[in-house]
Amino acid sequence: MTAFLLASAAFVLLTVAIGLVRILRGPGDADRMMAAQLLGSGGIAALLLAAATGPSAVVDVALILALLAAFASIAFVKAGQGDDPE
Amino acid sequence: MRTVLDIVSIVLICGGVFFFLAGAIGLLRFPDTMTRLHALTKADNLGIGLVVFGLLPQMDSVLSGLKLLVVWVLLLWSSATVSQLIARAARRGTS
Repeated sequence: MTAFLLASAAFVLLTVAIGLVRILRGPGDADRMMAAQLLGSGGIAALLLAAATGPSAVVDVALILALLAAFASIAFVKAGQGDDPE
Repeated sequence: MRTVLDIVSIVLICGGVFFFLAGAIGLLRFPDTMTRLHALTKADNLGIGLVVFGLLPQMDSVLSGLKLLVVWVLLLWSSATVSQLIARAARRGTS
């Protein structure tokens, strides 16, 4: 079971790394931000999968990563708003 | 009992990993921003949700299982909010 969990964590990281190619190619800033968001959620999934085999404090790291991914996207949207009165 | 729980875990986690793969491929292959956002939110919500529900039978205490559920709910809320915000930013960028 441990081997399966670690293998699926590695596979999730691999797919997220493939998704990061969108940061290089993406025509708009929103596309790049979406790839970063996928990196956040994929990292959380990999951390949770790895935490089931090791120390449970890793779940707290996943919680922080969820918070920081949300903050990054909200900061992106606020920075792009400019002087738009909304 | 142990074996049944392990099989449930493996099936659910494989489903979650499949949604991550689909999200990454969709992010690369879909033609415009809105369809890419659609692929991303599937990976966020369903991928993480299936992985969390697959991990629940492996937890040894109720508290750690509850913590996993908290991570998932936080991610659901933030991803729902963020996808709306990104869609609005993308639409303003193109119009």
